[in-house]
Amino acid sequence: MTVQVRVTATLQKLVGDQKALVGTGETVGEVLTDLEQRYPGFQTQVVAEDGAIHRFVNIFLNDEDVRFLEKLNTPLHEGDVLSILPALAGGGR
Amino acid sequence: MTITVYVPTPFRGLTGNRSYIEAQGRTVEELLDDLGVRYPALRNLLGGNGDEIPAHINIYVNSHEINTLQGKATPLKDGDEVAVIPAIAGGQVLTPEQVMRYSRHIVMPQVGPIGQRKLLAAKVLVVGAGGLGSPVNLYLALAGVGTLGIVDFDDVDLSNLQRQILHHTRDVGRPKVESARETIAAHNPDVKVVPYREPLTSANAIDIISQYDIVVNGADNFATRYLVNDACYLAGKPLVDGAIFLFEGQAMTFIPGQGCYRCLFPAPPPPGLVPSCAEAGVLGMLPGVIGAIEAIEAAKLILGLGEPLVGRLLIFDALAMEFRQVKLRRDPKCPLCGDDPTIHELIDYEEFCGVPFPAHSGA
Repeated sequence: MTVQVRVTATLQKLVGDQKALVGTGETVGEVLTDLEQRYPGFQTQVVAEDGAIHRFVNIFLNDEDVRFLEKLNTPLHEGDVLSILPALAGGGR
Repeated sequence: MTITVYVPTPFRGLTGNRSYIEAQGRTVEELLDDLGVRYPALRNLLGGNGDEIPAHINIYVNSHEINTLQGKATPLKDGDEVAVIPAIAGGQVLTPEQVMRYSRHIVMPQVGPIGQRKLLAAKVLVVGAGGLGSPVNLYLALAGVGTLGIVDFDDVDLSNLQRQILHHTRDVGRPKVESARETIAAHNPDVKVVPYREPLTSANAIDIISQYDIVVNGADNFATRYLVNDACYLAGKPLVDGAIFLFEGQAMTFIPGQGCYRCLFPAPPPPGLVPSCAEAGVLGMLPGVIGAIEAIEAAKLILGLGEPLVGRLLIFDALAMEFRQVKLRRDPKCPLCGDDPTIHELIDYEEFCGVPFPAHSGA
C-alpha cells in the first residue's frame, strides 16, 4: 500500500526539504516505520517513547484525526493522504 | 406620479452622487418600493421591501414628517418633494458620517445598518499587537468594531516592522499598545481602544476576557495559547485562534463546548523543539493572510453570518499557495471540555509548558 505523506515546515528538514513523500505500509504506524528507515530520526518526532503519537502532533488520514480512528493501527487504502501537523505557536512577534 | 426625492449627503454614495432623484408612486410606500428597484442599496437602508422604515430614518413629504401625515400610506401627487433624512444623533443610531464610512457594509443586505450597529456595539479582545494582532486589530477597527481590548506589554522593535502593520518606524521603543491605539485612532475615531500593557496571566485572564464578547488570539507562545484557550472556555467566550510559522499558517474558531485547542493538541511540545518565529523567521505577508482570516471569523460571529471555522482547522501553505482543511473534534477525554473534565480553573501554564512565560505575552 502506498500513500502520500504530507509534512509541514518543522518536519520538512528531516525528509530532505520535501513537502510530500510516498510512504508504504498497511497502517499509519507501518508508514511511519517505513519513513524512519529512509529518514532516521523522523519517527521520534512523531511518536513518543511509549509508542503513542506525541500529544503536540496530529496525524490526519485524509481529513480525519487518526486519534479518533484507530490511531497508529488505522488501516490505509491506496491513494490515502496522511498529513502530519505539529502544533504551531507563532504569532509573529 | 413622478416625485422628486431629496437624498442627503450620507446616502449620495448610493445614488450616483445625485442629491435629487426621481421615482414613481401614488403613496410613500409605492415610492419607496420604486426607489428600491432603482437603487437596490437604498432599499436595504430603508428597511427592505414591506418592512418598517428603520427608526433612525425619517421621511418627509413637502417638509412634513410622514408619521404626522398618514405614514407610508401618505398619498403623493405630481410635484411633491420627498426627503429621506437619517438621524444625526450619536448613540445607537448611525451618524451621517458613519453611514458614509461604512457604506460598503451597509449596502450589503447581509450586514446593512443593523449589522453595522452590531459591529459598533461589539467588544473584541485581541491578544497581541504583533504579527497577527496587527491585521486583526486594524481590520476590526476599520470595520467599526466599537471596542477593542489589546493585550501586549511588548515595546515596538525595529525587527517588528517587516510585518506588524500597526506600528511605524517612529514608534520603535514605544509600548505596542500605545502605538496601536494611535494608529487605530488615526484610522477610525469610532473605535474605543482599551490597552492592557501587561502579560495575560492566570491571575488576570478571566477578569479581562469576561468583559468582551469574542477573543482573537495572536499569541506567540504555547503558554499563552493554552492560557487563552482555557480562560475562554471557562468564561464561555468564543475564541478565534491563529498561528504562523515560516510560510505556513493555521486558523480555527472555538465555540465553548464544541472542541478546544486542547482537543486538537492535548499538550505542548517540549521546550525548544518547535522554534519560535523570532528564532526561525516568518514571511512578512503571512500574518496578513491569517490575521485577515481571524478578523473575518470575528466579524462573522458578531454578525451571525456564515459558517465559522468550528470543527475545522484551516491550514495555509504560502509556498504551495494552498488552503487545506482537516476535521477538529471535541475530545470526550479532553481535560478541559471533555465529559469528565479535570481542569476547572486556570492552572500554572509555565509549569504546564515547561518554560517561563516569555518576556512578551503577545505576538
